[in-house]
Amino acid sequence: MKKLVMIGNGMAGVRTIEEILKLSPEQFEITIFGQEPHPNYNRIKLSNILQGDTNFEDIIINPFDWYKENNIHLYTGETVTKIDIERKLVQSDQGREVQYDELIIATGSNSFILPIPGADKLGVTGFRDIKDCEMMIKSADQYKKAVVIGGGLLGLEAARGLLNLGMKVDVVHLMPSLMERQLDPIASSLLKAELESQGMKFLMEKETVEIIGDERVAGLRFKDGSFVQADLVVMAIGIKSNTSVAKNSGIYVNRGIVVNDFMETSAPNVYAVGECAEHREIVYGLVAPLYEQGKVLADRICGNETTTYEGSVTGTQLKVAGVDLFSAGEIFEDGTTKSIMVYNEYEGIYKRVLVRNNRIVGIVLYGDTKDSTRLFRMLSKKEDITGVSIFELQCSAEGGSGDIASMPNDELVCGCNGVTKGAIVEAIKTQGLTTLDQVSHCTNAGRSCGRCKPMVNDILAYTLGDQFDAAAAQKTSICGCTTISREELIAEIKEKGLTSVKEVMNVLEWNNEEGCTKCRPAINYYLGMIHMDEYKDDRDSRLVNEKMHANIQKDGTYSVVPRMYGGVTTAADLKKIAEVAEKYDVPLVKLTGGQRIGLFGVKKEDLPSMWEELDMPSGYAYGKTLRTVKTCVGAQFCRYGTQDSMALGIELEKKFERLDTPHKVKMGVSACPRNCSEAGIKDIGFVGIDGGWEIYVAGNGGVDLRAGDLLATVKTEAEVMEMTAAYLQYYRETANYLERTSKWVERVGLEHVKEILANEETRKALNERMDQTLKKYIEPWNEAIESEKIKDKYYAVHTVKAGE
Amino acid sequence: MILTKTRTLVANYNNLPEGSGYSVKIDDKEIALFKVTNGKVFAVENRSPHPKGGVLTEGLISGEYVFCPVYDWKISLADGKVQAPDEGQVKTYQVEVEEDNVYIII
Repeated sequence: MKKLVMIGNGMAGVRTIEEILKLSPEQFEITIFGQEPHPNYNRIKLSNILQGDTNFEDIIINPFDWYKENNIHLYTGETVTKIDIERKLVQSDQGREVQYDELIIATGSNSFILPIPGADKLGVTGFRDIKDCEMMIKSADQYKKAVVIGGGLLGLEAARGLLNLGMKVDVVHLMPSLMERQLDPIASSLLKAELESQGMKFLMEKETVEIIGDERVAGLRFKDGSFVQADLVVMAIGIKSNTSVAKNSGIYVNRGIVVNDFMETSAPNVYAVGECAEHREIVYGLVAPLYEQGKVLADRICGNETTTYEGSVTGTQLKVAGVDLFSAGEIFEDGTTKSIMVYNEYEGIYKRVLVRNNRIVGIVLYGDTKDSTRLFRMLSKKEDITGVSIFELQCSAEGGSGDIASMPNDELVCGCNGVTKGAIVEAIKTQGLTTLDQVSHCTNAGRSCGRCKPMVNDILAYTLGDQFDAAAAQKTSICGCTTISREELIAEIKEKGLTSVKEVMNVLEWNNEEGCTKCRPAINYYLGMIHMDEYKDDRDSRLVNEKMHANIQKDGTYSVVPRMYGGVTTAADLKKIAEVAEKYDVPLVKLTGGQRIGLFGVKKEDLPSMWEELDMPSGYAYGKTLRTVKTCVGAQFCRYGTQDSMALGIELEKKFERLDTPHKVKMGVSACPRNCSEAGIKDIGFVGIDGGWEIYVAGNGGVDLRAGDLLATVKTEAEVMEMTAAYLQYYRETANYLERTSKWVERVGLEHVKEILANEETRKALNERMDQTLKKYIEPWNEAIESEKIKDKYYAVHTVKAGE
Repeated sequence: MILTKTRTLVANYNNLPEGSGYSVKIDDKEIALFKVTNGKVFAVENRSPHPKGGVLTEGLISGEYVFCPVYDWKISLADGKVQAPDEGQVKTYQVEVEEDNVYIII
């Protein structure tokens, strides 16, 4: 086993050992020397101990047992004084010598103690380890007045702790503002005001030149001649890498022990990590970068391929009760930076982000740090912030709808597309969105099942606040390619006599010349609706399923569902289906929800020949058209049946099959109110009663579960057909593309539809337009079988050999 | 190892349809070829960059973009990049058109 020795028993070093044990538990015999008599503890929490929030037991990270379990020889209270690089061994102050193959120096740092007269008096301390902490706690029992030198992170945390211990505290700071390396003047003054209100006193721009007293400290004298009384002086000016052992042993040291990107020092097989190490002229004093270094070092020592350590960007948080503060990166503007700022003086909230070349280079958050994680990520990953909103909600959290306000930003709003509230709010803010439609377009929210649309609308209302215009928000342009609405489009097509998708996009100046998946199918539908049998369908403007006349599955195969009118089939058809399924080795044969048989998992190149062998019409199980007419057995066989539901179902399906509609249309025919065909949740449902039929409309059994409304009660099948055609045609002419009948009826109102259909003349005209439209349809599977051109364009796969 | 590129004749330019993709299989590679309105021909791997996969040949074509037919991602045919708000990239192949011959270089 190779011998690994580590000098130092602190957070960075022990974390490195943990990483090594994870990677390669059997590779090394490990020895650790620690100057302190304790196992590895969490130094960051010292200020919490001082502030009385926790005790020493709770901040131990690796108890003595951990060292035992991992067979680590631990020498606490023992300092390594010399490294013999030639002989590869270390010597301790107790005369111990230990050989190494690999040596890690992790000696950390000491408090920087001002080199001034009196700095060695009793009652003067740094703030670095648990000993300092215990000394301060003890002092607070006996003495009243403390002075902390240093208005930085550590000094302020120490000062807060001493206040908690009942001392009067003055903070002496050399500079005009507190934490000047982390905060800009505004944040700094907010912080100062808060801490003053907590009872801290500040002596700004004072340089300490002498500590006065006999054996014990009595006070401080400043350069300007002024004096302050003190029983305890805490020096929290900064840290100094503990490099003495390295220096004494001939290892290259600058401010810290100089290491390269693999944490290697100038001596072979000797590494340094943590606060004692200087990497690219920086000594880090925060835990995150030290852990990053530890990971790189562990890989290196274990002989793994490793990424190099490239330095870290660090973020700072002040751990003082009542102060919410975060800072990272650059603080001051120069000619190349721009600021994004929120300043709410009343509530004490200040946020500023510095941006250079579209990248965040500095963050200061005061009073509200909930954006810190996200912003810090953007900073450290150098994300381009073009089009990204920087602050989630620029105003205070008051006002707006409570539900939305309290919703966390990472909460999923649109489950289908994985869109969070935060993403929606961000899009609205950065892209100036005002309509629901734009939000869907930009974020994908609500683009799949649409169930989240009301919530998206609420988020829009909440985010826009006073600027939200409920009516305008509903205005829907066809898509992002244009600003015109459906109504405008239809008027333009009629007025200008536009006859093709291309012409529409051209004449109406689409900003995206060839449109998108939202407008192209819609324009194609509207043209066909307006020009009826005179319109030549644009197959390439249809989406995959309608273009292929088959339903694409997630693996790129298709399903084949032949028409079975009214769900009625024959033994002969069943035989054909069985034979085809067998011959083409169809992976799944299943009864569909619409009373027919689906063959799933068919390759696209097999589609035409399968259709040919089936010799049955397409069931259109893929289209925005009439899908199925589900029927019950009815009066022909059922003892409860009052009407011939199968016959009516077949008649309806034969008449309306292939018709283009704004969205899919499903029908159901039941012969009695027991309603075995579930006609109450169909787009149009027919229920046989004694002496006639009830017609229900706008039912939905899917995403938008809704019971149908009674549209009319009629006596004969002929009346059923006439009413149904009029209703369907009116839906075709007035609904938005992709609007189901349930949504359409709720939008235009059932009473309105009833009124329109009550007029015999109107009904007749609607029927005429329906009949003229129906004239144009031909059976698509048969068309494909007979046309080589269609087969080649849509269904062929051209196999070639490489290089030929 | 010497890396060589292979030029494979895959289609006749005039026979390439506009407005829909053209499926080509070179050995085991499935490739979607698109002749777009401006006359350029692009070749991409016939596989949507969406994590759930899917094909691209049957997608709707708009300019030099194709929309993934299953998940509606907008994908640049020129560089294979998925357009915002989605993310990803599909592999593209070099295409050469010489007179009537369309070649793919792999």
